Amino acid sequence: MSHEITYTPSNAFTRWLDERLPIMGLAHHMLEYPTPRNLNYWWTFGGILTFCLLTQIVTGIILVMHYTPHVDLAFNSVEHIMRDVNYGWLIRYVHANGASMFFLAVYIHMFRGLYYGSYKAPREVLWILGVIIYLLMMAAAFMGYVLPWGQMSFWGATVITNLFGAIPLVGDAIREWLWGGFAVGNPTLQRFFSLHYLIPFIILGVVVLHIWALHVPGNNNPLGISVKDEQDTVSFHPYMTVKDALGLTVFLLLFAYFVFYNPNVLGHADNYIEADPLQTPPHIVPEWYLLPFYAILRAITFDIGPIDSKLGGVIAMFGSIAILFVLPWLDTSKVRSARFRPLFRQFFFLFVVVCLGLGWAGGQSPDRTIFTSSEVIGTYESAGEADAAIAEAVSQTDATADMFKKHDVIEDGVYGVEVERVDYAFDVASLSLVLTILYFAYFLILLPLLGLIEKTKPLPESISKAVLAEKDA
Amino acid sequence: MAHIDTDEPTRRDFLYVATGAFAAVGGAAAIWPLIDQMNPDASALALASIEVDLSSIEVGQSITVQWRGKPVFVRRRTAAEVEEAKSVPVETLPDPIARNDNLSGDVPATDANRAAEGKEEWLVMVGICTHLGCVPKGQKVGDAKGDFGGWFCPCHGSHYDTAGRIRKGPAPQNLEVPVYSFLSDDRIKIG
Ligand code: HEM
Ligand code: FES
Repeated sequence: MSHEITYTPSNAFTRWLDERLPIMGLAHHMLEYPTPRNLNYWWTFGGILTFCLLTQIVTGIILVMHYTPHVDLAFNSVEHIMRDVNYGWLIRYVHANGASMFFLAVYIHMFRGLYYGSYKAPREVLWILGVIIYLLMMAAAFMGYVLPWGQMSFWGATVITNLFGAIPLVGDAIREWLWGGFAVGNPTLQRFFSLHYLIPFIILGVVVLHIWALHVPGNNNPLGISVKDEQDTVSFHPYMTVKDALGLTVFLLLFAYFVFYNPNVLGHADNYIEADPLQTPPHIVPEWYLLPFYAILRAITFDIGPIDSKLGGVIAMFGSIAILFVLPWLDTSKVRSARFRPLFRQFFFLFVVVCLGLGWAGGQSPDRTIFTSSEVIGTYESAGEADAAIAEAVSQTDATADMFKKHDVIEDGVYGVEVERVDYAFDVASLSLVLTILYFAYFLILLPLLGLIEKTKPLPESISKAVLAEKDA
Repeated sequence: MAHIDTDEPTRRDFLYVATGAFAAVGGAAAIWPLIDQMNPDASALALASIEVDLSSIEVGQSITVQWRGKPVFVRRRTAAEVEEAKSVPVETLPDPIARNDNLSGDVPATDANRAAEGKEEWLVMVGICTHLGCVPKGQKVGDAKGDFGGWFCPCHGSHYDTAGRIRKGPAPQNLEVPVYSFLSDDRIKIG
């Protein structure tokens, strides 16, 4: 439903301006823009995201006034911002936590789209522009995290840039090109700084296209049916502006909680240690919002034909985002909203659990065991005897040496070494693999099939009829 | 533009294509400097080699030096470590290639092809995990050395043996042996 611009300038100045640049007409269109009358609070995240982007840009520009992008000075300049600059601590905490809040909002916004089928015709281009924004956000946040030049900054950058080394033939050349050297170093920091400044403005440009692509077909809504006439809509202002303002206020409460009461809980303590190229921290983890992809990256621990495990992990990780681009054509159901798709609705919630599970797995050490099937083969007086028992078991059965584990035990005050044979261990890497398969199955198998076999519930005749019926009930 | 119906390409068609092709090549040539400026510059390439004094390293000790921004492990191995590395059949290794920049071609990853030539107790390797680039543990006393007594990468759990060969975990290749040479019995030049 395209909305015509109906603005008529009311005085001599606006008439003069309108003939030269119809910007008042655009503003008028934004305020009068008809929105479905049944939008719920999940629809306030678009406004919240716009707020987040502007907050990052304003706080970022201020940080640049005090920050120095050089390996010898970056870490100290961030500490200088925290300790010396007036309100520097506030501006940095808003920027650092702002990135997390931005991702929280974008994830809610995206799952909203998945649930209500907002990616389906006629909104495919709108959805694709959204996925592009999401990709750019990840690039911006990744490079921003490198700037304070702490241990996680350095080693996160090392691990991620090394992903490109997995590309056959040109991998090494690409890596050195990204680094500007033979490892992550000063050239890397400076180019990341330059791009970290640039990308948010590219995002701003794509956001304009995203809103343009929204204003052509109009908003989707919780019922997923198209707007039929004026009865179905209300004007954006004041109805949606007020609703968005309330949503934003509640969101700001959470934002303020992190900034003022728990500013470092979403970060990693190791990033308060200056980068050291000779010392890897014991456990490298990306920021929480990238964890699901990190889990997918590490899930592939085996070679698939000519593709080695490292390249396989990289392909799976990029594939998990790339698949979002073709989602509109994978879902074969004509019905948009999950409200009328009882089976899809249940699988959607399972999918959310799979994504959260991947997030958990991404934060764990990959060889952390979740459950094992094992048997204690005996307890021995010394480690030597335990080793002999293991050697004997290896020679007599088809067990291999790395299946055995030794533990020190004290029984009735006597020291002993217990030997355990682990027949099967389900670890975080295996869990990640299962969840990765489920993630892809949702898009590649479930969505194409469900549309063909699912019996959907009857759709209401119109938005206004459904709203009134709900009111009567 | 007047339109003449003919199957033959005209002189004007030719000029169009030729002009377009020329502009495309010129455009590509103009973009190249914008891309190439990101490659390692002259100052990065200038740091190409370093010399390391080995006189203070006892048997069983290791040191880590920095070369081109990367850690390089220099280890003086014990006889037991050398024996252990020699006893492994090369066919059973996940990566059977030596990855030694001092030897040409894909020679097998025997201990002799990994260690210093004629000085088997010395092992010199780039200390960067071939998986995603972490620095493996095992250089310091008390570090975890992994299931094969060499090095252990804590990032995603890769185990390297006493010749720096990958034995278990996600890393695809043995640790790289950089170009180096002995200047005297206790001095090497890396790079
Ligand atoms: C899409 C919007 C943006 C996102 C998601 C983002 C994200 C981040 C993140 C995660 C950090 C690391 C914070 C920390 O742990 O210390 C950071 C740092 C930084 N960002 Fe941004 N940023 C954005 C926009 C900008 C813009 C527009 C600028 C400049 C105009 C900027 C300038 C900086 C600077 C100077 C730092 C280093 C100081 C510090 O670490 O606090 N950012 N950014
Ligand atoms: S970087 Fe060493 S195991 Fe991944």
